[in-house]
Amino acid sequence: MTTTIQFKNIHKSYRVSGQDIPALSGIDLTINPGEIFGMIGHSGAGKSTLVRLINLLERPSGGELLIDGDDITRFDDDALRALRRRIGMIFQHFNLLSSKTVADNVAFPLRLAGKKSRAETDARVAELLARVGLSEHASKYPSQLSGGQKQRVGIARALATEPKILLCDEATSALDPQTTQSVLRLLAEINRELGLTIVLITHEMDVIRTICDRVAVLDGGKIVEHGPVADVFLHPKHITTKRFVQESEHVDENEQNDDFAHVPGRIVRLTFRGEATYEPVLGKVARDCGVDFSILAGRIDRIKDTPYGQLTLALTGGDIDAALARFESEGLTVEALRDA
Amino acid sequence: MLETLLPNVDWIDLWQACHDTFSMLGWSLLFTLVLGLPLGVLLFLTGKRQLLSQPVVYGLLSFVVNVLRSVPFVILLIVMIPLTTLITGTSFGVAGVVPPLVVGATPFFARLVETALREVDRGIIEATQAMGATTRQIVFGALLPEALPGILAAATVTAITLVSYSAMSGLVGGGGLGDLAVRNGYQRFQTDVMVVTVILLLVLVQALQMAGDRLVTHFSRK
Repeated sequence: MTTTIQFKNIHKSYRVSGQDIPALSGIDLTINPGEIFGMIGHSGAGKSTLVRLINLLERPSGGELLIDGDDITRFDDDALRALRRRIGMIFQHFNLLSSKTVADNVAFPLRLAGKKSRAETDARVAELLARVGLSEHASKYPSQLSGGQKQRVGIARALATEPKILLCDEATSALDPQTTQSVLRLLAEINRELGLTIVLITHEMDVIRTICDRVAVLDGGKIVEHGPVADVFLHPKHITTKRFVQESEHVDENEQNDDFAHVPGRIVRLTFRGEATYEPVLGKVARDCGVDFSILAGRIDRIKDTPYGQLTLALTGGDIDAALARFESEGLTVEALRDA
Repeated sequence: MLETLLPNVDWIDLWQACHDTFSMLGWSLLFTLVLGLPLGVLLFLTGKRQLLSQPVVYGLLSFVVNVLRSVPFVILLIVMIPLTTLITGTSFGVAGVVPPLVVGATPFFARLVETALREVDRGIIEATQAMGATTRQIVFGALLPEALPGILAAATVTAITLVSYSAMSGLVGGGGLGDLAVRNGYQRFQTDVMVVTVILLLVLVQALQMAGDRLVTHFSRK
């Protein structure tokens, strides 16, 4: 089954003391089956509302929201409940029932659906707990677990009814960096093995960079930029996106420009992607064109499974134009930051 | 020895008074819990921004609860005499006291239940909704289990309130420890009776509180 989520001109506003406060305006977006789609934005950008529209925890004020081609805003109560069983959700603060054991928390959605026998439920719970690596904690209560373990219970619970879509609401924001990585690995593994579509919202670039295929950047209730993660983050166009990139790389553009002011030559930024990242392109081109270069700033990293490198160079001497043309023909992206 | 220390204490009367207090407390607590719990749940659900938000229904329920809570129990006991007679066939004795006790304590308990339910993390309700639960399933599967410690604490406070209300039952010949203290201890100046009944009431309240606390701890998982 394919599960496409389509937002068509979605609007959402809240009525606060007689006034309509817009939270989302004119959202058009298609989320493809099986992908990990990230939405990034600062608090108040509307991302929390956006993700809650998908299972109608929030109702849109206008527009159409299609899942598998059906406009879910027209669903009656029964159809909506059936839909929600096909959509799992995990939360920033886990939202586990403190009065139930780990096993009972995971069994909870199955009992609500009421379709499985006791034995079937127990078997399914055991399977889910094994998947998230918590089999030995089945009879503990949530308060006895660490944050990362709680989120794993949340994930097991969300997967219980074999959903096609998993919504993640700031799922790693309450976790330390190491735990975040392990939870993200688990999500990526689930996406790969179960072919589940994952929609996640976050304010952390690293989360997007680690597991998302595509990303939408939200600001002021609008999508200001969206596309494949590498495209959006290696070549950010909107100011909000640029800020996210700079924040995550701990770079301040103004400071950097001051630093480079006394460096002679032309300053360019080269972006390598995929296998090109590990090719000896730079040395070869410099030699051939008689150009000298000094590396002013740089980063070699991965976006999901794609290695990339981004270097800021000052070029002096030789045939700089020819060198730049060569870089481009080698598949690198060249951006001029300052002419000589 | 006891005869000289407590010359006025009639042990048979005292035993009867204990028995009356227990039966007033038992019956009225039972009915208060049975009526107050659904009322509290209804108050919670119809409240602002809740699952079944119904401002008019909530306003009405809330008003009735407030009115009943503001009537002093002594007055309620007298005002209710016709209604009590209608329900139990008598306005006298234990049977004459239980209905006013229930009417006096139910709104109190319902408010405490409402508060306990509000303490449940909204995220838990949201998560349960996201699983495709019906309102009924949310109430029985998530809200009540999560609020259980709070509801038990509310029941404890209510039980103790009922003990103190029941002391006024003498007005309609209800009997019980409080009545004994008023009639013999106070009106006949039998200080020894007063002391004994007060000690017994104190022990009862302590025992209720301890039992309640134990239950709350037993069901708390936070």
